[in-house]
Amino acid sequence: MATVRLSFSPAPVHVRTARLVGVAVARRAGVAEELLDEVRLAIGEACTRAVALHNQYGLADLVTVEMSDSDSYAVRVIDHAPLEASVGLTKLPPDELADESLTDDALTTGVGFALLAGFVDDLVVRPVEDGSGTEVRMVWPVQRR
Amino acid sequence: MELSLATRTVAEHTVLEVGGEVDVYTAPRLRERLVELVDAGARNVIVDLAGVEFLDSTGLGVLVGAMKRLRVANGTFGLVCSKEPLLKIFRITALDQVFPIYSSVEAATGDGTGSGPTS
Repeated sequence: MATVRLSFSPAPVHVRTARLVGVAVARRAGVAEELLDEVRLAIGEACTRAVALHNQYGLADLVTVEMSDSDSYAVRVIDHAPLEASVGLTKLPPDELADESLTDDALTTGVGFALLAGFVDDLVVRPVEDGSGTEVRMVWPVQRR
Repeated sequence: MELSLATRTVAEHTVLEVGGEVDVYTAPRLRERLVELVDAGARNVIVDLAGVEFLDSTGLGVLVGAMKRLRVANGTFGLVCSKEPLLKIFRITALDQVFPIYSSVEAATGDGTGSGPTS
């Protein structure tokens, strides 16, 4: 099993780097070409969420992205924000999306989760095993060559 | 690819052409430009996404924010988008039920006799 691990300080500018690396490893792992746009978007959303949580809690800790390709292509995005923060993952109904009372942050969080849930069939959001934080785990099938 | 922004006027509409990647890093620049346009008096704003290669939740949030701002100012807001990957993003988030989405700038700025929103 090959693993690529990337850690970055929680700054928006690094999310693009994580997307680029994630797609490059996915392509090498054998993820179908037609799925790569979804891989790019999902990794970006998971990293954006992690960066936002670290900034919200004033955490300088690194965000980690771990990519592995055994029988499938699995990506784990790990943050270190307090666990209760991850509870805010809810999909918003259409009539609430343009509601005046909805804050920009709440809208972005809701839309981001909708994209993750919509584009990743195999998605798990769970507490990390050690310490505080959340792991977003996404899995895509690979084609063996 | 970096974000690119260009503004032009078409039939009393302000058309903002967006290109490149709209994500958590670049979306604040898009937000600033849209706020500038509304503050400068633009009331019928069309955002042309034809040149956009990547759009995430942060970018979508900026577009919703601009639409709300224009609604308060009694203005109109619409999107031009015909790329299927982007349209899928609007469908999955249900934002295709929030934004008027047109297939071309001509359709978006027409006098009502042309083709309507694609969704």
